[in-house]
Amino acid sequence: MSSVRVLVGTRKGAFILNSDGKRNDWTVSGPFFAGWEIYHLKGSTVDPNRLYASQSSSWSGQVVQRSDDGGVTWNPVGNKFAYAGVPGTHQWYDGTPHPWEFKRVWHMEPSLTDADTVYAGVEDAALFKSSDGGATWEELKGLREHGTGPHWQPGAGGLCLHTVILDPSNAKRMYIAISAAGAFRTDDGGETWKPINKGLVSKYIPDPMAEVGHCVHHVAMNPSRPDVLFMQKHWDVMRSDNAGDSWHEVSGNLPTDFGFVIDVHAHEPETVFVVPIKSDAEHFVPEGKLRVFRSKTGGNEWEALEKGLPQKDCYVNVLRDAMAVDSLEKCGVYFGTSGGQVYASADAGDNWAPIVRDLPGVLSVEVQTLK
Amino acid sequence: MTAGGECVSSSEIRVALPHHLRTLAKIEGAEVRLEVAAPVTVQRILDALELRYPMLAGTIREHGTGKRRAYMRIFACEEDWSHEPMDAALPEAVAAGREPLLILGAIAGGWESQ
Repeated sequence: MSSVRVLVGTRKGAFILNSDGKRNDWTVSGPFFAGWEIYHLKGSTVDPNRLYASQSSSWSGQVVQRSDDGGVTWNPVGNKFAYAGVPGTHQWYDGTPHPWEFKRVWHMEPSLTDADTVYAGVEDAALFKSSDGGATWEELKGLREHGTGPHWQPGAGGLCLHTVILDPSNAKRMYIAISAAGAFRTDDGGETWKPINKGLVSKYIPDPMAEVGHCVHHVAMNPSRPDVLFMQKHWDVMRSDNAGDSWHEVSGNLPTDFGFVIDVHAHEPETVFVVPIKSDAEHFVPEGKLRVFRSKTGGNEWEALEKGLPQKDCYVNVLRDAMAVDSLEKCGVYFGTSGGQVYASADAGDNWAPIVRDLPGVLSVEVQTLK
Repeated sequence: MTAGGECVSSSEIRVALPHHLRTLAKIEGAEVRLEVAAPVTVQRILDALELRYPMLAGTIREHGTGKRRAYMRIFACEEDWSHEPMDAALPEAVAAGREPLLILGAIAGGWESQ
């Protein structure tokens, strides 16, 4: 029988939640790496027992942890993230040049074909690759050295590369997103990159339709249709049908189109989930109601999903890497909040229940569907 | 004795690490004991510490520059050595192992917005 393993990164450690395929009863293990910020942890699809975790703190910097037994035991691996060559400068908040400085790993993305290969999206924005299970890291410098690099500017959370999406149909194609530079695509395995921000409009930058400078919060893809991408931008929910070459807005009837998280149903590539947040000044759900919005039409027409979610006096946020879907026959959807709750739906969002409710603030949620 | 025949004395020094780093390195007990060649300096102690516990590399001093991380502090004999040169000789009581070198996380830093 299938089972599900949910990997939760929080401000004070990692937690692993397990259930059988019914997804009614859950066990919680952890905290792992107690007291450390766990920005993200994710498992390999090649070897589901191989997990990678990004562990960091302002005091002691970056650590990368690896498990080879599904998260029962962990061992630190390499944490040396050295930019290639002389890294130069990007723009600081006030527009002055600021040297590139490594701060932390925001996102770990294991390869789809090799458990020892994993990508790390880091702050200040760059993409690193390990081919030895995390022991050593090498920057894919073509991204940072893309000609627009000196014009990249940090978002409120820093100049972070937070999204890495691998194309399952094309081993050479990969998408990344940076706050606040925008989205980029490589078609040659990371050697060269192009900005894919045509159609994005950001009123808060000098040229609202600039090639770079957009605060992309997250991007999602259904693996069966890798050319179709959905994006939650700072403001605006966007869609691309041509691998990011152009985007159009699909915010439609959402109560607010500000937000962080976005994901796509595992089996229905036109079914998309977002959690609208009131505004960039008030990072909590509108009207005190925690609602996931679902579109079954690939955007524009959205319905509020609220059954089982708090509909009164709720003021949590859901961060960009804190939603995931499983691939069971009835697609499960999971998200974690800044208030430490992890909610799950075993029926694609119709009904929700907290599977744990008092963790530290949740930074990331990933799901493994185990056979 | 070095390969060149030079006599180099070494002594067992004591290092007290913060909780999170002891946990990371799976160190039991409050202190680590290390053989460090004279003259005993912060740099030599950290070299020996990272040799025995490679996972601590980058957590007290930065990779690349070797600088002390901003929110890590170093004390010897009740004096703040955080801003002293890494290659300055430490007090004899630390070099002789009578006093530990204290490595602490500053009461600062912490939360940043994601």
